[in-house]
Parts: sequence; structure tokens; C-alpha cells
Amino acid sequence: MNIIYMLLAISVCVAVIFFVAFILSVKKGQYDDTYTPSVRMLFDDELIKEKGTDSAKSNQPILLKDQLK
Amino acid sequence: MESCFHCGDDCTTTVIEHQDKHFCCHGCKTVFDILNDNDLSYYYELEQSPGTTPSRFEGKFDFLENDVIAKKLLEFDEQDVQVVTFVVPSIHCSSCIWVLENLNKLHPDVTTSQVNFPKKSVRITYNSAQLNLHQLVLLLCKIGYEPYISLDDATKKTSTIDRSLIYKLGIAGFAFGNIMFLSFPEYFEVSEFWLERYKYIFRWLMFVFALPVVFYSGSDYLVSAYKSVRSRMLNIDVPIAIGILVLFLRSTVEIVMDWGTGFLDSMAGLVFFLLLGKFFQQKTYSFLSFERDYKSYFPIAVTRLNKADSSKEEQAQVYDLVAGDRIVIRNGELIPVDGILIKGNALIDYSFVTGEAEPVSKNSGDKLYAGGRQQAGVIELDVLKSVEQSYLTQLWSNEIFNKSAESLFQSITDQISKRFTISILSIAVLATMFWLWYQPSLALNVFTAVLIVACPCAIALAAPFTLGNLLRIFGKHKFYLKNSSIIEQLASIDTVVFDKTGTLTTSHKSVITYEGIALTVDEQSLLTSTLRASNHPLSRSLYGMLQENNISSLDDFSEEIGKGITGVLNNNRVKVGSYAFVSDGSSAFAKADLNQTTVHISANEVYKGCYVFYNEYRDGMKHVFDTLSVDCDLAVLSGDNEGEKEHLENILPKNTALVFNQKPGDKLNYIKELQSHGKKVLMIGDGLNDAGALAQSNVGLVISENVNVFSPACDGIIDATRFKNITTFIDLSRKGKKVIQYAFIFSLIYNLVGLGFAISGHLAPVVAAILMPLSSISIVVFTTIYTYFLGRKLNHKTTI
Repeated sequence: MNIIYMLLAISVCVAVIFFVAFILSVKKGQYDDTYTPSVRMLFDDELIKEKGTDSAKSNQPILLKDQLK
Repeated sequence: MESCFHCGDDCTTTVIEHQDKHFCCHGCKTVFDILNDNDLSYYYELEQSPGTTPSRFEGKFDFLENDVIAKKLLEFDEQDVQVVTFVVPSIHCSSCIWVLENLNKLHPDVTTSQVNFPKKSVRITYNSAQLNLHQLVLLLCKIGYEPYISLDDATKKTSTIDRSLIYKLGIAGFAFGNIMFLSFPEYFEVSEFWLERYKYIFRWLMFVFALPVVFYSGSDYLVSAYKSVRSRMLNIDVPIAIGILVLFLRSTVEIVMDWGTGFLDSMAGLVFFLLLGKFFQQKTYSFLSFERDYKSYFPIAVTRLNKADSSKEEQAQVYDLVAGDRIVIRNGELIPVDGILIKGNALIDYSFVTGEAEPVSKNSGDKLYAGGRQQAGVIELDVLKSVEQSYLTQLWSNEIFNKSAESLFQSITDQISKRFTISILSIAVLATMFWLWYQPSLALNVFTAVLIVACPCAIALAAPFTLGNLLRIFGKHKFYLKNSSIIEQLASIDTVVFDKTGTLTTSHKSVITYEGIALTVDEQSLLTSTLRASNHPLSRSLYGMLQENNISSLDDFSEEIGKGITGVLNNNRVKVGSYAFVSDGSSAFAKADLNQTTVHISANEVYKGCYVFYNEYRDGMKHVFDTLSVDCDLAVLSGDNEGEKEHLENILPKNTALVFNQKPGDKLNYIKELQSHGKKVLMIGDGLNDAGALAQSNVGLVISENVNVFSPACDGIIDATRFKNITTFIDLSRKGKKVIQYAFIFSLIYNLVGLGFAISGHLAPVVAAILMPLSSISIVVFTTIYTYFLGRKLNHKTTI
């Protein structure tokens, strides 16, 4: 029946791993802004789609780099 | 009418057609071109007309070329890599996030940019060898995202975010779950063989999990209880702390002595629910700031003339200005220090700092006070005092700004907690005395059991959840409060004081009447053409009102700043301006009331009459005053002259006090005087001149036409369009207080049931483990449903 000790140790370890992961994520600031990532997530797909179509683009782009100087 | 493809505004004056799309101005069209040519047209697919018209910014950010000032704004600066965070008030939709996070497509030297939408800020990393801060800001301005940079940015450097509540909540939740899990077997399978064998490990594991809950997560309650006992004010944290400690100590003793499992799961659950309530109450509007003083209104830098060579201009930090410096203020810029006008025509708009509705014209040699905004042309002035010693900024040295806000107010929870604490302590003592006489071995057991079940978890949760819900409901209706205790204070006010300029009146005047001899068609056409050429605010609003008839280019036009304008066409001359300027000394017509805002007209040197401007009052003002006058005293304080007195007396209820010519300090004292008579005062204002009164009052609210721009320190901000709902907001706060009272009764019933178990000596751990979460959850459900119905009523009212 000593398997109980091991199961206990494993379950507590798993719990502690998730707990530490939570603390670290808070520390890194993941909970500071809970809104923007939810919107940003939706952009990534569109960007790929767009890259495929931008071959036929206008011939004379306004270069902001030049405008600022 | 077409609406602009970029910004969505109606194209009123001009429609620019470009690539089959309509634009309201060249600014919008340029932004479209920039985005389109840089593969960023997806911006317009994400949202319908997401843009903002770029405002005029030439020269506005020149101070960023000064390295000392630029360094103050940078977060990180090393080896050609600079990081800066800007607040950009115009961030409002997902397109904004997208375009700002794709800045590197517009400029290759931007490495990354990240938007924090709730804070309306963007954090940009860029290569400083190729791109400097000034160019970066110009890049943002060009696409309509002008950052807001103020004196405040120069002073505060590091803002640490307090995340301790999330940690505490996380730990309590983690421990609660695990302890519950570990204590389950003993609740049901009491005499199982293996359980008998391993229960000690289970118990000690629970004990280990419980330690951080008591000493870290619950530390706020223990500290607060200790403080309140020392100051002899029994707040709600005292019975909570007693509950936590007794639960913990009794469980420890039970585990050590091998009497039972103890109540550690109830204890962890209690702390978890309490912290959850606290967390819920903490609804913050990160894009608003309620702590602003003059610093976030003032610019960070100003143009100064070099002392040695006065033809050279340099950018100087506002804090570095000393008496004797000569500074240049351009049209639309803010005067940051007190000074003497040396050169140029000054037309200063003081409405935000003094409450005077009209711009004041000043001549050279006049003293100019800090906080005014120049409205006409370039002026030069000699600095008299540094920024901290200026007339306006001295208001902030008043002691009211240093007092901590949470001082005297006793919340409804605190009011009942004193009686509650005393009564449970006496019940505990009486019950113990009975058991000492009846069966002494159980006496200690009963004593601790009473303290455990009496722990007012449900009572402590009633207020946070009710107020937290109301706070969110208010927020949805554009009424933003600093914290939830403001709602309770709002429920108890009995006097409402309004500021006039900007609060009761809208920022633009549009009620204009004409008195005098009627103008002929030719004269009218000449008048409109003349007005069209002038940039004076009164000319603009008068021009806006008159019909556009036969605009023709004038033969001659001249403007004498502070006096008036003259227009000539086909030998007809029209003069528009002050009475003295127009009438040329002839006093044939009675001078109009000096306190009224008037624009006089003469044609070919013959006086015709004048246009009188009236303040336009906010929609629903009469309704607000009539409703409030039923149970509140009302007053209107104004920094303006008495010109509107008669008009106001006619519309407002009879018993409203009207006080004019109030300086910022006078307003503060007026509130203080009311409070010394035991009044609970709600102050509603808008500008820096109200800052003292807002801080002094019990509740200070600010009306704002645009909640993203500056508003002075206050307890809450109301969007100007919701002004007419003020009475509903106050009414809801009062109802919210009722909800809390009902919840109290509800939770007292739970406590009585629990006490029944405790006094009779039957409190088993499993009973406590069921009763405590049940009472907490039912209170949360009750308050949430009740406030939801209150919110529904508000929805109903605003749609009518």
C-alpha cells in the first residue's frame, strides 16, 4: 500500500508545478493586460492571407522614411 | 451626405474623391494614402471607418529634439536601442491595435510595438541610430495617433504594478482546492482501513497548505484587525481575523493531538471567497486617471529665447524655467508659468483654470497667469515665477490634497460590524459559561465553534459584490468611478454643488440672438464674408450660425486683435467687434449689459446692432435640477461674472443658491462651509479651477466631453452625454445600499443557523465545510441578480 505515498507525492508535485507556472505568469505581466491579446490573436491569420496578395501593389509607395527627413 | 471613409465623420464642407472613396479632409486622405501604399489597407477591413483625423502638429513636438527632455520619456536607452511608451488617446478599436502593432511596415527602424488597449498606450522599441524620438512621434501623428505628452511624464519614472492581490488569491485558491481534496476521504469513509493508516499524512499535508493561506493570503485581514483594535474602531476585519485565527489554531490543536481533521478546508475557503470579493471590487479603468493634478495638463517643454542671443530659440524644460527667462507661446499653446506679456497680442482662454467663459485679451505689460491657453498669434513673455510657485499651481499646496482620502467615511459594513463583533463575543462567552457548568470538557469546543460559525464571511462579501456590480453597470453607462466605496458615499449625499462653465454649459456657445436694426441682404453677405476670414472663436461660432449667402472675396480685411475685424467690399465697410471698436465714440445706442457676451456690428460707420451670445446649457439640466431639488440642497458656483444670473434664476428651482465670481480657493471654502454644517456634499465640476472643491467635497465628480483628455483629480468621471442621468445614478446608489442591507439580513440568518449547531456542541467539520461556502455563494448570487435587475432599469431609462 506504499503506492499511496508515491501517488500523493506525484499529485502534490503536479499541483505545485501548475502553481509555480501561475506565479511566474503573473510576474511576467501576463495578467496586466487581459484584453489586447484577445484581439491580437485574431490578426495573425489575416496577415498571412495578405502577404499572398501584395504582389500586385501600387507602383509608387509614399515612403515615410523620406518624408520625415 | 457622404461620410468619410477614414474617420466616419460626415463630409460637411468639402468632399474629396479619391480611389472611389470619399474623404472629409486632406488629413484623412493622406493617412489613407500612407496606409494603402504601405500594405496596411487591412486597417479599413477590420472596422468601418476606424481612423481619426490627424490634428495640426507642426512644431508641437520640437522639444523632443532636445536630448535631455527626450531622455526623460525613454524607458530604455542603450546601444542604439530605445524603448518608449506613449499614451495615445485616440486608440479605440481593433484596427488601431493592428496598425500600431504593424508600425515596422511603415518604418523599418521600428523593431516592435505593442499596444495595451485598456491603458490606451503603445510601447515601441526602435533603432535610435536611424530614427529619433521626434521622428517617431511625427510618424505616429501622421497616421492620426498623436501621443499625449505632459509634464507628468517627466516626473514619474517607474510605476510598479501591485500584483499582490492576484498572488494572494492564487495561493488561497490553490490551497483551498488541495485541502478540500485531501479532507474529502475523512468526511465520508471514516473507518476504512487504509484511511486509518494514512490520515496523518493527509492531515499534515493540509496543515502545510494552510500555512501560506493564513500568513500570506490572510495577512491583510490580520493586520487590519490589529490596527482597528488599536484605534478602538471595530471594523468588519476583526471578526474575520478572529474567525481565521480560531479556525487555524483549533485545527492545529486537533491535528497535533490526533482529535480530528480540523476545519482547514473551511478556513482556506473563507479566505479565498473574501479575496475573491476584494478582487471583484477592484474594477479599474486603466485608461482613466483619477489622481491627476496640473502636471498632466501642463506641457513638458516650452520654447525659450536664448539669453545671450535673443534671436535664437531653444527648447527648455518647464521645470528649468526661472524668473527672468523669456519664453515664446504660439497659438493654441498653454502658458506654463506666471509671466508678463512683452510682445504680441494675447487672447487667453482661462475657462479651464478660472471658469471664465470668455477669452480675455491682454496688452503688453499685463500679467498672465499659468494655465491659460493662447488663442491668437505668437506672444513673448517674461517669466515671473517658476512653475511650482505659480498662482494656479499653489492651489495644490492646500492641505486637502495631502490628506488621505479614506479617512473619515464609515461604510455600511463598518457600521454594523461593531455591534456584530460585540454580540458574537458575548454569545461565545455565555455559551461557554453554560457548558462549563453543564459539561466542562466540551466548553472550549463550543467557544471556538461559536467564533468559527459567526465569522461574517457572507456579510463581508455583501458589499464588495453589490458595489462591484454597480460599478460595472455605471461603467457601461459611461459613469466611471474611482472605487466602489464612492457608491456608498454617493448614496448618502444631501447637497449638490455644480460648477457653471463647462459643467452646466457646453463648451461651444450656439444660442445667439440679434438686437438692433435689421441688416440688408448685401450687408449680411458682407458680414459673413468678413467673419469667414477671422479665426476668433466668437467669429467662428457666429459664422457657423449665419447662413452661407454669397461668400465673396473681400477687397480689404483687417483684424485688430482683442478689438474686432473690418471687411471692405465695393466701398462698403463692415466693422465687427467690441462696442468701443464699432461705435467710434458715438453713444447713440444704449450700451448693452457689460456682463453679456456681445459682438457689435456697424456698416459704413453706422451702428447697426449686436449679436448676443448665450451659454448653451446641457440637455436635461432643468430635469436634473428639478429631480434633485426634491431631497437635496442645490447650489451653482461660477468663476464667471453675473451675466447669466437672471437667466439661470428663471430656469433653476427657486431655492438654488447662485454664487458668482468665485476663485478656485473660494469654491473650496464654500464646500468646507457647507460641510461644517453637517452637509454631505456632492461637487460636480469640470476644470482645474474646481480641483480644490472636488477634493474637499465628499464626492467630487467631473463632467467630461471626452473622457480621454485631461480631467482634474476626482472620485468619478461622467461622460457629458450622460449628464441627464445623474439623478438615476444617485438613485441607483441608494438602492444599492438597500441591497446590501437585505444581504445582511440574509447572512444573519445563516449565522443564526450556524450558531444553533455551535451552541449545542454539534459543529462537525463537514457541517462547517458545507455551511460556509453555501452562505457565501448564496449571498453572491443574491446580490448579483438584484443588481442586475437594477441595471436593467437604468438601460430602460437611458433608451427613452
